[in-house]
This record gives sequence, structure tokens and C-alpha cells, in this order.
Amino acid sequence: MSHTVVIYAHPYPDRSRANRVLFDAVKSLPNVDARPICDLYPDFAIDVEAEQAALLRADLIVWQHPIYWYTVPAMLKLWWEKVLTHGWAYGDGARVLSGKRCLWVTTTGGDASAYDEGGMHAHPFSVYEPVVRQTARFCHMHWLEPLIIHGAHRMNDEQRAAYATLYRERLGAR
Amino acid sequence: MPALQQAFIYFAVAVVLVPLGSLLGLGSVLGYLIGGVLIGPAVLGLVKGGESIAHFAELGVVLMLFMIGLELDLRRLWGMRRQVFGGGTLQFVACGAAAALLLLAFGLTLQMAVVGGLALALSSTAIAVQTMNEQHLDKTPVGRTAFSILLFQDIAAIPLIALIPILGGAGGGHSEGGLGALKGLGAIVGIIAVGRYLTRPILRFIAKTGLREVFTAFSLLLVLGIAELMEMVELSMGLGAFLAGVLLASSEFRHALESDLQPFKGLLLGLFFISVGMTIDLGLIADEPVKVIGLTLAFLALKLGTLRLIAGRLGVSTSQRWLFAALIAQGGEFAFVVFKAAAEAFALPPGDTTLSLLTVVVALSMAMTPFILILHNRLFERHGKKASPEEAVEDEGASVIIAGFGRVGQIIGRFLFASGVKATVLDRDPDQIKLLEPFGYRVFYGDATRIDLLEAAGAARARLLIVAIDDPESSEMVVERVREHFPNLEIIARARNVGHYAALRRLGVKTVERETFEGSLVLGRKALEALGCPPFEARESADAFRRSNVRTVEDLLTHWDDPDDEFVALANQARRALEEQFEIDRKSLEKRGIKGWHFDPEE
Repeated sequence: MSHTVVIYAHPYPDRSRANRVLFDAVKSLPNVDARPICDLYPDFAIDVEAEQAALLRADLIVWQHPIYWYTVPAMLKLWWEKVLTHGWAYGDGARVLSGKRCLWVTTTGGDASAYDEGGMHAHPFSVYEPVVRQTARFCHMHWLEPLIIHGAHRMNDEQRAAYATLYRERLGAR
Repeated sequence: MPALQQAFIYFAVAVVLVPLGSLLGLGSVLGYLIGGVLIGPAVLGLVKGGESIAHFAELGVVLMLFMIGLELDLRRLWGMRRQVFGGGTLQFVACGAAAALLLLAFGLTLQMAVVGGLALALSSTAIAVQTMNEQHLDKTPVGRTAFSILLFQDIAAIPLIALIPILGGAGGGHSEGGLGALKGLGAIVGIIAVGRYLTRPILRFIAKTGLREVFTAFSLLLVLGIAELMEMVELSMGLGAFLAGVLLASSEFRHALESDLQPFKGLLLGLFFISVGMTIDLGLIADEPVKVIGLTLAFLALKLGTLRLIAGRLGVSTSQRWLFAALIAQGGEFAFVVFKAAAEAFALPPGDTTLSLLTVVVALSMAMTPFILILHNRLFERHGKKASPEEAVEDEGASVIIAGFGRVGQIIGRFLFASGVKATVLDRDPDQIKLLEPFGYRVFYGDATRIDLLEAAGAARARLLIVAIDDPESSEMVVERVREHFPNLEIIARARNVGHYAALRRLGVKTVERETFEGSLVLGRKALEALGCPPFEARESADAFRRSNVRTVEDLLTHWDDPDDEFVALANQARRALEEQFEIDRKSLEKRGIKGWHFDPEE
């Protein structure tokens, strides 16, 4: 049975419109270790040991978060810096995460067209993906097709439920 | 009869019959009443001199009204003024007229019917309030409305009793007129002055001595003094006590007074119900069963119907109107006084049983109250009617209680206050409370180790208790008792030191914080910074230290009872582990050619 860890970074979970529904849909699945890191480490004092142990136990590593300023929220960025350390996740022949699969689940407030050439963000969304993908690859993880959800600000309950189902399926739940 | 023997009989009744009544779902009131019938002259005749007992037992009602007053501050009382005077007048007149018609039909003279009718319009505050408390209706809108009516009746009873000699025309004329009114006014002004300006400094002074029984003694002295004063000027004792309670409602001593007087109120009120039971003349019922029971049922039906009719006008919601009627349909204890006064004033022919008949009817109607409510619940709750949201209990207590308002509690309280969270604060230092009152805190004097005080502060409804008491012994006692009495109340606690921390954790408190720990860590960070460590790194070191330290202390909890040397060895081992961890971190940085900051004592 495969084991999943969901690293969830949302500093204001109560105000979330899509992420909360998604996270709630998977957090209690069997074999899922749900880690809302903004709740676990409100002072940014990440317990590196605990986080690394959680990663070692998992075959599938999920990073779930809203897009803030074209990338991950500061909390997840700090988590990368503190947890994916030299000599453990990369460098010096470190390969502990090798072969583990990595799934990126992220939401944007604006819809997909905002990321068109002429849209308000000027670049297609695919421009922002490589940073995340390469972080996973540099740690020898196997990059899965990401689950990117646009238009979170204007989503109705039905759409949210459909994405939640999709997310559960991606984690192997029926 | 020796006082001791009498007391023994009363307590025996209370201990045997009241739990029995509660167990059968009849409520405590009926238990006391039946007890009264049993020991009274009608059955066993164990106790004589019921009248003097009744007079003494009235103090139960007085205490009850004082405590109701404590729950209502002036602002809230002012907000009730329309309900009290408007609604109260409507009820008094409507029920009075209906009962008077019944008495006319029963063959009484017009004057007697009017006096008797108005007396029957009065309800029993003692029974209604006690029943409402037992059924948790006291803070619901319907309970509030019922209480407003009862309050008005307390006021209205005074002119009614004064009026009887005039209506009766016989033996009257001892009324002092203007002088009496002046005296009454003087007494009320006196109570306001004492309650407002004198009581609080005295309570504060007594509280400071820390002698709890003196505090209790003063509470009783206060209520007894007011009752005595009111009786001197021929006003209602209960009304005076109620007024004094209202004046102390916004004081920091409210909860302490409540919890100190509670047992006295309960016992004296029980005695009062017993004395009512003793007045039920079974002989009269046996002589004329049809007349007595018929009149009682007719009276109850008429009053229930009238109350049901006017309930809408009093703002009682549709689903609660029968409940409202059932709560206050019974006759009241004031009726006894009225009938007694009427017996003197109306110069009835000897052998006339009209008034003793009415007395029995009132007593029986009081005893019927629990049955009427059971009947009501049977009839209406079968439909699965749930209280609509508006009927839900108004939660007036704060959701957070802070026990101990010293250096730690104050910071927590100010922070919560700033974040929009209201807290009820308990502290046992009257000076502290006086200091804080001007800032608008709900601060109460009292020792939080007393469960009754916590109860009064709303522990049963609160979501969180913050134990910020500095003395470890008291703090642990509070936690222990709260865990026992309010197992669902979440606790956050301040610990004096590691030992205290361990004790609290072992008592089951999940969140404990050592009072000096965070402050010391910040100072440690500042020390590193002063020695040249970059601030961010100093913060991270402090985080690592905190995590390791908390883990160590948590691990040690299981070894707390180990012999001293073994325990110290474990603690030392943990300290070395932290040092090693710091060393490993440093080396891994150096290995990668990054010069991590470290303190070099040789430098």
C-alpha cells in the first residue's frame, strides 16, 4: 500500500475558497499523512527532523498551496530550504528521496486567461512551473503531471467538489 | 419542642423526600411540600408552631430574591421596565378580574371577591423561580417574561395588603397614610445608599482579611438587615433584598456572594416549602372534598386560560405560551398574607370557612405546579417541538475565564481583550481588582479553587479556562477540581517551573507554559546577538533549544517518580544530546565551506 504525505501551505486556511475543500477531501484518507505546515509551525520554527521523517515514510509527496506572487507561499519556500537540506535531499550522493513521486497541487485566483500573453500576468502559467518541478527533480523525485486549478476566486460548490474528487483520485482513492 | 429536634425533622424531610421527588421527576418543590404535609398537624403532627417557622422560612424567599437581584444589574433592570410595569399590570388586572368573577359565582360578596381575586392573581415567586431554575428556563425569554410578572406582583402586593382594611371597613384605620409612605421611601433610599456606597468597601475590607466565614456572615447580615428594615416600614422584605442584589450585581463580589449564600438560600427555601405544605389543611379537604378540589381546579383552569390569552400581548412566542401559563398559574405566598389580613378586616361571622378554604386552594395550586408542568411537557413535547433559536438560552457569560489576574493573567487578558475576546476574570486579591476595575474588565473577587465560584463565573458554559495563578499548589487544585467537575472545559495553564509544569501535564492539561521560559529565551537570543550572532540565526538557535527542551521535559514526565539521582542523570543526558546536536549542525555547515556562526570563548 502506498503512503502519501501532503505538505499543505496556507497561512489563512479559514479564508481559503478552494484549498480548504481540497485539503479536507484528502486529509483523512487512509495512508495519508496530512501536514498543514502553517498550522504546525505558526512561528516558522520548522521541526526539520519530523518533516524529514515524514518524507522518508512516503512514496508520494504532495505540495499543496495557493500561488502567491507567482510561486509557493513563503512558508513552503522556507520548508524547502530547511527540510530539503544538502547532504540529505541532494548533494554528496544523497538520494533518500530518489524514486519518490512528487505531485504539485496548486490554485490561482484568476482564471487561465489571466495568464495569456495579453492577460494581466503577461506570461502563460507554464513559465512559473519549472521552479517547482526542478526543485523536485533536483532531489531525485519523479515529477507527476501537476494538478493546477485556475479561477479559485469564482468557483461554485459543484466545481469545487469536482476538483476534490479529482484530487482524491490522483491520490489513489476511489 | 427543642430546636435541635425540629431541625432534625426538617433535615430528615429534606434528605429523604426531596431526592425522592427529583427521582420521580416531580422536582424538589413537591418533595418539600409533601414533606410539609406529612410532618404538619394534619398527618403526623411532628412539628408545632408552623406560623413562626413560616415567618423564619420567608428568609429563603428573601435570599432568593437577593440572588435574583445579583443576576440583574441596573441597566438590565431598566431594560425590563416596560415588561415589568406594562405586562405586570395586564396580568394582575386580567387574572384578578377572572378570579374575582369566579369568587362572585361562588357566592362571595363583591368586596371579598375583589380582594380574593386580586390575591389569587398573584403567583408564587418561590415555586416558579425554583422550577424555572431546575428546568433551565431562567435565562430563556419565557423565563424572563415570567420573572418580570413576578417582580411586578411583589410590588403590587404591597398596596393590595394596605388596601384591605379600607375595603373591609372593619377594624381598619391603623394606616399611617403619608407618614408610612415617607418611611418606606426613606428605607429604599437607605438601601440604595448602603448598597451603593457602603457595602463594597466593607466587602473589600473583609475580603482582604481572608476570613471566609466572616465574608459569609456579612453576606447574611446584609440580607437579614435589609429584610428587617423593610419589615419595620411594612414593605416587602423580598423587594428590598432584590433591590440590594441589583445594586451589587455589577460588583466584583457578585460571584462570591452568590456561592456563599447558595446553600442557605436552598435550605431556607426548602423550609419555606415545608411550611407551605404544613398549612394544607387536610381536614378541610376531607370535610368538603368536592368543594375544595372543584374550586382548585376551576381556579387553575381559569388562571391558565387567562395567562394563555394574554401571553401573546406580553411578547411570549407562540410555542411557549402554555409553558408560560403553566409556570405562574399557581397561587402565591402573598395570598396567605392577604387572606390573614382580610380575616381581620372583614369581620366574618365565626365559623366562616371561606378564607381557610381559599388558603387551602392556594396551597393546593402551588403543589399542583409540578404536575401541570409534567402534563404540559407530555402534551407538547410529544410533537417533537424543539426550541426555536430565539428561545435558546441567552449566554451572558464570557466564553473565557481567567483564574488569577497577576503579572501573567493581566497580559493574557489585555491581549485577548485587544483581540475582541471577552473574558471573566477571577482573582483573590481585592486590591488588584480595585486597580483594574476602572479599565472595564469583568473582574470578580474570589478563590478559583472553589468550584461553586467557578460555576458562578460560568465554567459550565465557558469554552476555555486559563489558569494563571502563581501559586503552584492552588493552581494544581483548580485544575484537579475543574477536571473532575467540568471535564469538557479546555484548560491552558501557567507553570511556575518545571516541577509545576510536570504536575499540570500529569493532571491532563495539554497546554502548559512555563512563565519564565519564553522571556528567558528571548534574552538568550539577545545575548547571542550582543556577542555577534546574526539575529535570524539567533532566533533559529532559540527555536531548536525550545524544541529540544520541551521534548526533554515531556520525556522526563514518565520518569518523574524515579529516584533523584536517576532523574538527574536522564536530564543531563538530554542536555548533552542538545549540545551534540548543535555541534553536528555546525560541523555540517563547516564541511560545506560555510562558516556558521559560533561562539568562540577564546576569541
